[in-house]
Amino acid sequence: MVTRSAVLLVLGRVLVKAFLIALAVVVIYPLVWMLLNGVKSNSELFSNPFALPVAWKWDNYVTAWNRGVGDYLTTSVLVTVASTIATVFISAWAAYGLTRVNIPFNRVVLILILGGLMLAPTVALIPLVKMFQSLGLYNNLWALLILYTAFRVPFTTFLIRAYMMDLPAEVDEAASVDGASKARAFWQVILPMCKPILVSTVLLNILFTWNEYLFAMVFTSWGALQTLPVGLTNLMSKHGTDYPVVFAGMAIAAIPVIVLFFAGQRYFIRGLADGVGK
Amino acid sequence: MTVSDTAWKPAAPPPASVSPKSPKNRAAKSARTRRWRNIVWVLPAVLLLGVFAYLPLVQNLGFSFLKWDIYSGRQTFVGADNYVRMFNDPIFWKSLLNNTLYAIISIAFQVFGAMILAAMIEGLRSQRWRGILRAVYFVPSAISLTVAGLLFYFIYEPEMGILNAALDFLGLGNFTQAWLGQENTAIFAIIAMSQWQGFGYCTLLFSVALQRIPSELYEAASIDGVGPFQRFFSISLPLVREMTGLMMIVTVSGAFQVFNEVMVMTSGGPNNSSQVLGTWLYRSGFVRNDFGYAAAVATAVFIITLILAAIQLRISKKRRVQW
Repeated sequence: MVTRSAVLLVLGRVLVKAFLIALAVVVIYPLVWMLLNGVKSNSELFSNPFALPVAWKWDNYVTAWNRGVGDYLTTSVLVTVASTIATVFISAWAAYGLTRVNIPFNRVVLILILGGLMLAPTVALIPLVKMFQSLGLYNNLWALLILYTAFRVPFTTFLIRAYMMDLPAEVDEAASVDGASKARAFWQVILPMCKPILVSTVLLNILFTWNEYLFAMVFTSWGALQTLPVGLTNLMSKHGTDYPVVFAGMAIAAIPVIVLFFAGQRYFIRGLADGVGK
Repeated sequence: MTVSDTAWKPAAPPPASVSPKSPKNRAAKSARTRRWRNIVWVLPAVLLLGVFAYLPLVQNLGFSFLKWDIYSGRQTFVGADNYVRMFNDPIFWKSLLNNTLYAIISIAFQVFGAMILAAMIEGLRSQRWRGILRAVYFVPSAISLTVAGLLFYFIYEPEMGILNAALDFLGLGNFTQAWLGQENTAIFAIIAMSQWQGFGYCTLLFSVALQRIPSELYEAASIDGVGPFQRFFSISLPLVREMTGLMMIVTVSGAFQVFNEVMVMTSGGPNNSSQVLGTWLYRSGFVRNDFGYAAAVATAVFIITLILAAIQLRISKKRRVQW
């Protein structure tokens, strides 16, 4: 009896592991297919979709880069860096104000900022178009910078605030005994202590901004500067018949965030888990 | 940005000793001014959200009562006309149905499927495999929905796609079809892509929730001879219930805001069969130049997300008391 259930247990373990590995292969295969198609020729693409490339055409990447992907990448990097910095600083100030500074209407401010978590960008879309048209910022990267920051501040503040609340009060007391002002305590004591959560929020904001499509499409589609997600759909509609180049462009868009995820996996998981769990 | 606020120290006398007419009243008043000055810490966040998130919300409600041609700029008040048209619009209902399908299928795969998967992963004895599998499953969530959408556009493509090729290979050639080109399969093909893209994210979160369960519980259970299935149902499942509730809300709320993948893969076609509220809103406004109507659809989305957010708030309040 004991041996039989032991055998079943081992068999179960093997089956579970086999299933999980098979699933991992199914999940990752489309991405491998994408990378391989990026170095094929157009005719190879249509002959046998599972075949490996005959001659590895790395120049597809160069072609994609020259057909605009290089510009899209530059725009994406610019918007991502600027809005991530803006979001994290504005959120860290707000979190500090909410947790460690005596501000009026603390409760109202808290509800106002965290309430932003439930606002769907689609709902604000139509009025925002009118607003940015009258501000003269339609078809302009400033529109993206402002909107990404505004719509990411609630989540980022939420994460940093939760972290700051867990920092012991003695930290502030020590800083105020030293005669440090609130501003100095923030920059020299609290902010450095928040480093782990700041890394998490930076990574999550990069992921969001890099991949955002709705605002990017509506606010920069007709402009000269487009981010990668919008640019890729244009590459597809303009050079749609040269598929390997489109695949190469997709790979160029995907690889940086995948690398970033593996490099900062620990921080990603922390940020994501705190975002839903707290 | 620097804030000079050297005086926020316990230097001020305790308020109890301040009588209304004493000279110390002035000190209290300046403390109040200082308190107001502290608002600069939260001001950037409040202004950004107020102007670019909350104000548009209110404006949207106003626009939904207008007939509005954005090219001529002409706006006419039409009362509830846009809402009447919306309730009589079969494509609006089709979109709502598609969003609902999205939500139901996503709950099945991305909440319950992911939970079972997480339990399987956390049951593995090798720490290394647990890490590898969690990471591999998450990779599709790191890439953009645009790349994922384009990728699956090609996977579903009849000439070069691997789905039909795989079906042929498995002897299921009868099932090959133009997945995105037919009215009855398009939305399901899109939803399937979305499951691929999102399940790893949910699995990761469930894994974290499972890791937080004290291991003594499992050890005690296995000493008592409780099998792995029973352990899952009597320990894991009840203890990640709060996470499950939150994930359901997050998933459903996401399902009603779908836009990117539908736009990239079908733009709502063929014949509006894969339209969702987000794409129908976009099309109404930016393609059909019917911005008042688009604003009415946006209001519908707002009401749905508001209800879901209220439920979410209740769940997370309850959770705080229990945990």
